[in-house]
Amino acid sequence: MAEHIATRAAYGQALAQWGEKYPDLVVLDADLSGSTMTKAFADKFPDRFFDMGIAEANMTGVAAGLAACGKRPFVNSFAMFSAGRAWEQVRNSVAYPRLNVKIVGSHGGLSVGEDGATHQCIEDYAIMRAIPGMTVVSPCDGPEMRLAVKALLDYDGPAYLRLGRLAVDSVTDEVPGYQFHLGKGAELRPGTDAAIIATGMMVQEAVKAADLMRGEGLSVRVIDMHTIKPLDEDIVLRAARETGAIVTVEEANVIGGLGSAVCETVCTRYPVPVIRHGVKDLFGRSGAAQAVLEAYGLTAQAITNSVRCALERKEQLRLR
Amino acid sequence: MDTNTRAKLAAVAARARLLGLEMVYAAASGHLGGSFSAMDILTLLYQEEMRVDPARPQDPDRDRFVLSKGHCTPALYPTLALRGYFPVADLAQFRRIDGHMSGHAEMRHVPGVDMSTGSLGQGISAAVGMALAGKLDRKDYRVYALLGDGELEEGQVWEAAMAAAKYQLDHLCAVVDVNGLQIDGPTEKVMPTEPLDEKFAAFGWNVVSCDGHDFDSIAAALTAARAASGRPTVVLARTVKGKGVSFMENDAGWHGKAPNAEQYAKARAELAAQVEALGRQAGWSGAELTAALTGISGKEGN
Repeated sequence: MAEHIATRAAYGQALAQWGEKYPDLVVLDADLSGSTMTKAFADKFPDRFFDMGIAEANMTGVAAGLAACGKRPFVNSFAMFSAGRAWEQVRNSVAYPRLNVKIVGSHGGLSVGEDGATHQCIEDYAIMRAIPGMTVVSPCDGPEMRLAVKALLDYDGPAYLRLGRLAVDSVTDEVPGYQFHLGKGAELRPGTDAAIIATGMMVQEAVKAADLMRGEGLSVRVIDMHTIKPLDEDIVLRAARETGAIVTVEEANVIGGLGSAVCETVCTRYPVPVIRHGVKDLFGRSGAAQAVLEAYGLTAQAITNSVRCALERKEQLRLR
Repeated sequence: MDTNTRAKLAAVAARARLLGLEMVYAAASGHLGGSFSAMDILTLLYQEEMRVDPARPQDPDRDRFVLSKGHCTPALYPTLALRGYFPVADLAQFRRIDGHMSGHAEMRHVPGVDMSTGSLGQGISAAVGMALAGKLDRKDYRVYALLGDGELEEGQVWEAAMAAAKYQLDHLCAVVDVNGLQIDGPTEKVMPTEPLDEKFAAFGWNVVSCDGHDFDSIAAALTAARAASGRPTVVLARTVKGKGVSFMENDAGWHGKAPNAEQYAKARAELAAQVEALGRQAGWSGAELTAALTGISGKEGN
């Protein structure tokens, strides 16, 4: 049976788990350790946990100083603040000097729910991806998150990691031969009519969408793109060549994130129709998480519509 | 401080100002005003105060320095060159597309630079992180940061101030170059930051004041910083922006402007006279004086 756990919870477990093996691992939080789940690490390794208060700019700079002295800092807050508020500190104090700091954005996307638009960060992929040399990672489930944390511990350089608030079913642990490599997407479902490239908890919805469409006799490939940057261009181009129709799905604005990254690759190297499924350049709003996701079309059902759209485009191009 | 040390510091600082002037003139851009106000502080830090070894710039036990006012590379780079981190001739690479001496402080390419800075308010946070790391590793190195008084308008500085007090970073010493001027004019008009002593004290810091152009006064302040226990120290150094060049002193217009040929010649003559006089007082030989007056150009009196 699939594990049902929020990626932030799996993240917190992983930090606490690896604290022993990585004595240089230090964790910083901005008064949200209960929500970002860094509390487990704080309880186990109090000397290596720093609550920097509600001051994300300073927290990011402090992490840079710690990294300059050989530590492996993980900086935590809601995505809105770790990636958003402290963006320029991430760019200038962390990424430009290529310091080994991991910026962690919890509660990414609309699924923050009730807290509403001010806390629903839908721009983190875009703004982190825009920084030269930045790695951007967005795991879809608990098992994948644990592997991502380990991979980022072993990666020496600046990176952004998005965590989700909601508990989600795991999908990667049931895929035979699944392996996690930074910068490599994972094919979760084979398919030849179209390909869905998804990231974060939209991977689950993409799998459901593919399963729904199989009932209609359509063969839809699902690619879990946990690393948005550097993008796995090979798996994208293979999908373009072998299916001829791509839908990207992300719990983020359709401007600048995964969809844009896929388009940048496809349009220059193997042009095929790409439908970018995500938040359509709108702010979020308050509501129960599931209700907000439905209101913005971030569901399996809505994804099937985008896949049909992509298939129509593909057919039009074939007839032209 | 003994007479010899004082004379040496004055001569080295004068030479560093001459090099800073030449760098900015050659690059036709750069920040002289705040570099010259900070030059005596930087010279004392690197020549006397800090435990550093230019042969081992990455020594984990070294004292750290963060140029939080990261635009003052015409002060930091000559200081590092004169401390022996790299040849004086490298300064000719300043701000050049084919050089490695970038406009703002750059840790990956310039030996001796401990942190890349440039965006104001960020360096002090990195210094707090370095001090935290030292505490974690039970090392005895000290961390210094140099800030501008205009820079204190950045909210991040006060976030860092709270954090340094919380973690009782008594091996952290922030020096504020209080020259009273920023790009748009006097700090008290652009955005008043005073009373700085009361503000830092209220944030839990040990506050010391000094004359930023009097080596004995700076040294006494840094000694007081070493004596602090359980809290970080801020040294409020009163300085003169553009110090050393008559027409640049106390003029906000010289914050980030390169001199034209005429201004350069005048400034160079003034600084060269200081190098010569102070070098003689420090007992420099004729060859040493000639080298000091040669600057980065390879030619005397270029």
